[in-house]
Amino acid sequence: MDLLAIVRIAMRALARNKLRSSLTMLGIIIGVGAVIAMVGVGQGAQQQVQQQIAAMGSNLLFVGAGTVTRGGMHMGWGATKSLVYDDMQAILRECPAVKAAAPGSTSSAQVVFGNDNWATRLNGTEPEYFDIRTWPFQEGTSFTQGDVETGANVAVIGETVRKNLFGATDPLGETIRVNNLPFKVVGVLSPKGTSAAMGDDQDDIILIPITTLQKKISGQNWLRWIMVSAASRQSSYAAQQQITSLLRDRHRIRTGQDDDFFVRNLADMADLADQAGRVMTLLLASIASVSLIVGGIGIMNIMLVSVTERTREIGVRMAIGATEGDVQRQFLIEAVVLSLIGGAIGIIFGTGASYLITETLGWAVLISPTAIVTAVVFSMAVGIFFGFYPARKAARLDPIDALRYE
Amino acid sequence: MATVTQPEAKVAISTGNRAVIHVEDIHKYYDLGETRVHALRGVSAEIGAGEFVAIMGASGSGKSTFMNILGCLDKPNSGRYLLEGTEVSRLTKKELASIRNRKIGFVFQGFNLLSRTTALENVELPTLYAQITKTEGETRAREALELVGLADRVAHFPSQLSGGQQQRVAIARALVNKPSILLADEPTGNLDSRTSVEIMEVFQKLNDGGLTIVLVTHEHDISQFAKRTILFRDGKIRRDEPVGARPLAAEVLKNMPTLED
Repeated sequence: MDLLAIVRIAMRALARNKLRSSLTMLGIIIGVGAVIAMVGVGQGAQQQVQQQIAAMGSNLLFVGAGTVTRGGMHMGWGATKSLVYDDMQAILRECPAVKAAAPGSTSSAQVVFGNDNWATRLNGTEPEYFDIRTWPFQEGTSFTQGDVETGANVAVIGETVRKNLFGATDPLGETIRVNNLPFKVVGVLSPKGTSAAMGDDQDDIILIPITTLQKKISGQNWLRWIMVSAASRQSSYAAQQQITSLLRDRHRIRTGQDDDFFVRNLADMADLADQAGRVMTLLLASIASVSLIVGGIGIMNIMLVSVTERTREIGVRMAIGATEGDVQRQFLIEAVVLSLIGGAIGIIFGTGASYLITETLGWAVLISPTAIVTAVVFSMAVGIFFGFYPARKAARLDPIDALRYE
Repeated sequence: MATVTQPEAKVAISTGNRAVIHVEDIHKYYDLGETRVHALRGVSAEIGAGEFVAIMGASGSGKSTFMNILGCLDKPNSGRYLLEGTEVSRLTKKELASIRNRKIGFVFQGFNLLSRTTALENVELPTLYAQITKTEGETRAREALELVGLADRVAHFPSQLSGGQQQRVAIARALVNKPSILLADEPTGNLDSRTSVEIMEVFQKLNDGGLTIVLVTHEHDISQFAKRTILFRDGKIRRDEPVGARPLAAEVLKNMPTLED
């Protein structure tokens, strides 16, 4: 008996009990739909986090001033004064895996323009910074290396600052007052959004030449951080090691002593977020699979009822020449057809649910072909697994008893 | 009647005088807990090609067990059963299924047609389990339905057919794979007397065409339409004799009131 004929017979048997078949299918539909939607949400979130991390900069490494313990007092991150401009130049000079670097120092600032004022973060850096962080300008340009050398009063502002101070006014060329010093706005950065890692608004920022910050505002000559760009994503791990050993050497830290700085690798963070995302996706998928298993049990239940109901039919089929294998195949295929149709509808249902989630909750949902293929294979496996026992039971019937069954 | 030509006839006749069924000292018992029930206690018989045998007996006489063994649905505990010269009692389940499919046609008391399945599809069913193409199976099914006089009912569902018509569909289904023997277990048990005679008319017609028929019945009237009766009692054959004045069902029908009367 060829497969096509068995499938046709199975379809007809299922069509005989439309309501029952569709209710049974509903279990699989919900199961597969839930798996597709949940995996979609998980993978969508994962992708979004990856995009946000990538948006932070290309192959970024963050070298920060570290902690120091003075007289038994733990001073916290950024308390050391040991990270200096010469360190950055040494990194550029001696670490082959490093492509570019920009120094940084931070202060808080009260900014005034006209009648409006705004409290924000004030960062001093060099023009390289914008390349390292792959941060484009929506208007104007960066301040120049010349501005850094002369300590000019020029500023680049973030989108949040622009919105709060200028509104509809064009900020280019306007003068703002930062901690009562006048600064000319030369550039406005494109919005970057909320940072995935810290959760803070990256656009709430003003950047000025580092020399201006150190000499005119903070009065400090050490650095809070150095932004480093590695040559590639792979070399970022090498860069991390090179920087660490170089700085330990320069800061004269003996073996066994703690670093007075830290190097954070964005590739590390991306991997970490990837892992977290995968765990979340797996968790969601496994919760959703529970409903798929429940659906499978529904199939088994209905198939068992069906075998009992059709005992005489099985007897007749055996009497006219069906082998045990024929009967087993027939019922097995019936279960598989049931679960496959359920799976197909479940994919549509799950995809629809994903779109609904995207529309109403604004979450990114990613329906991958892998998820769909997995769902189809899984629902078929459910059909085979839960259809096997009832089919076996049908095949094992004694034709004489089956024919006599009332 | 004798002018009826059919493919089944050629197959059955070609076996000549050789016995289609040859059973030798068959024993069958069932173990029900402590007690052992003997259903058959040494049955020997021979049924030749073209015979029409009615098996009679009270319930518990062993006739049903005998039919199940003849139909390869059951195996004897001892003894030999040769179907067209093949020793059947030693075959595997799968081989038995194949024998049932190709050499034996079953007709049951309760018709046992698949509901919500047309007459044609019901008749096609055995061809699905044979190595026959779909078109060949359909052609044969149409031929078989024509043979039992239901050519105009191919697309009807069992629920749209009368009892007699349903039994004819069942007979067509039994004939579709051109078996060597037709086994009918109380085929008229669920039918009124006129319809019963109509079914016997079909059997006599098929038998005239050369088909070997074995029929189980407990009605004496029905058994008289056969050519030979075998009486079972307590698991043994008590009487085996030819039917004397065998009535022709076609003639009997002429003198019977129709349903409309």
